Amino acid sequence: MLQNNPECPLIRLDDIHMNFNPGTVNEIAVFDGFNFAIEPGQFVSMVGSNGSGKTTLLNVICGSLHADRGAIYLNGKNITDVPEHRRAENIGRVFQNPSAGTCPNLTIMENLSLADTKGGSFGPGKGVNRKREDYYRSRLELLGLGLEDKLDIPVGALSGGQRQALALLIATMTPIDLLILDEHTAALDPRSSETVMDLTEQLIGEKKLTALMVTHNLRFAVEYGNRLVMMHEGKAVIDTKSGNKASCTVDTLLETFNAISIECGN
Amino acid sequence: MSASQFLGLTEVVLREGFIYGIMAMGVYITYKILDFPDLSVDGTFPLGACLAAVLIAAGINPWVVCIVAFAAGAAAGCVTGLLHVKLGITDLLSGILVMTAMWSVNLILMGGSAIKQFFNMDTIFNSGPVQLLPAGLYPHRQLIMVALIALAVKLALDWYLSTKNGLLLRASGDNSQYVINLARDPGSMKIVGLAIGNGCTALSGCILAQLNQNADINSGKGMVVMALASVIIGISVFHRLRFFRFVTMAILGSILYKACLMAALQLGLPNSYLKLLMSVLLTMAIVSERVNRKGEKHAAKQS
Repeated sequence: MLQNNPECPLIRLDDIHMNFNPGTVNEIAVFDGFNFAIEPGQFVSMVGSNGSGKTTLLNVICGSLHADRGAIYLNGKNITDVPEHRRAENIGRVFQNPSAGTCPNLTIMENLSLADTKGGSFGPGKGVNRKREDYYRSRLELLGLGLEDKLDIPVGALSGGQRQALALLIATMTPIDLLILDEHTAALDPRSSETVMDLTEQLIGEKKLTALMVTHNLRFAVEYGNRLVMMHEGKAVIDTKSGNKASCTVDTLLETFNAISIECGN
Repeated sequence: MSASQFLGLTEVVLREGFIYGIMAMGVYITYKILDFPDLSVDGTFPLGACLAAVLIAAGINPWVVCIVAFAAGAAAGCVTGLLHVKLGITDLLSGILVMTAMWSVNLILMGGSAIKQFFNMDTIFNSGPVQLLPAGLYPHRQLIMVALIALAVKLALDWYLSTKNGLLLRASGDNSQYVINLARDPGSMKIVGLAIGNGCTALSGCILAQLNQNADINSGKGMVVMALASVIIGISVFHRLRFFRFVTMAILGSILYKACLMAALQLGLPNSYLKLLMSVLLTMAIVSERVNRKGEKHAAKQS
């Protein structure tokens, strides 16, 4: 983990340009000079309609997509050309699809052992360290899903909610600077969504993480986090920065949301 | 068929099953763990054989030759992996490229001749540890040696797959995004897997050549089909037996497969039909695997 430098934002996007299908009739300019920054300790919840650029933003931050132009800084260090897997040293990510954050054919124990080794050496040491079993159990107990008694079953046998809770635990197992939550409750039933959101807040508090959460659930966006951003056509149309998030309610959000939609004729 | 004839054939089946089983274990890693249909084994199998012929004829210790063959196969596997990972060539085509290139490499190694014999030289079957066998077992030394080597390779692979690196290899076949999240490059793990797979394949070719005291650059034809059939048959037949590891199932599959071929030949199938039969067997294995899986899902739904 990099040392947090109080002088600069944790992540800063500078003049990002992003076009899909350039030079064709299907050309879509998602970002046209987008600037964005997250300060250490912020828990940003981000909403916006489909195509507003939320997922592209996360992909650009994590390195799964390369911006056409612009620069990205993590703790003041330019990471624009750092490949995705190197950025993952500092960035943890939980995906919308619960199977993306875990290995379905490996057991819970094996998944956790791998996550525990992140940042260390994947050498000839024993893959599954039974000495850490008690620690894993205690972490799994936090989830309250009874997974602590299922260490040796394959993750593929778990429900979506259980897997997503596990993915969250895995993403935050070793120290990271930034946690990216990519609509991580969207594929879950309402009750599992609540469980996973509670767990999210608990882990972010416990590890004092900086987080960026994209969600379509306006209530979650209002209830969780200390900064709220609404994206539209590659721009942040609402950004509470810090402090006045309390004035945002689901109703005011919906109002803006609808106003934008009517403006654009959809 | 007399009992002694039958025993003789059984020994041949076991011997060949163990030798090709070494390759099948390697292919288990590329095909089953990494989901990579690796065609380069058609080129790396004769690579091991050619190296055996050239190096043993030059008087090099046969065990050293085995290690060299493994390393050379692993290097060829790395090339397949680099073509796929770094240049973005599809998995099948990367294998075909290496397989085709290996043809020339093997010919060059053998000094331009397709077949090379090396009678009366030291091989692992007539020198070194094999001489420690008691006289009663000596006639079966070939079977004993190949069984021991296959066992050693199996134990080595079992060990590797239980290490952190082996676990990462399994993860990269399972969900490459997970490996990225762990701040590792799944591409490198693919290359490692292909190196192991082709190393085992070349070793298998090297041992077969030492057994026959003869290397043939054509010996690679159909190796992919044979190895895949062994892996799929082994897993379909033995996966219910929990105490077998997957790597073991690949060897057992190889023995079973060789037994099928031998039975067909004994029943009067002409030799020319052999490769046709190999393809048919692989097709049947793949289809039955799918039917099996559907059946299991169906049963799981009903219960």
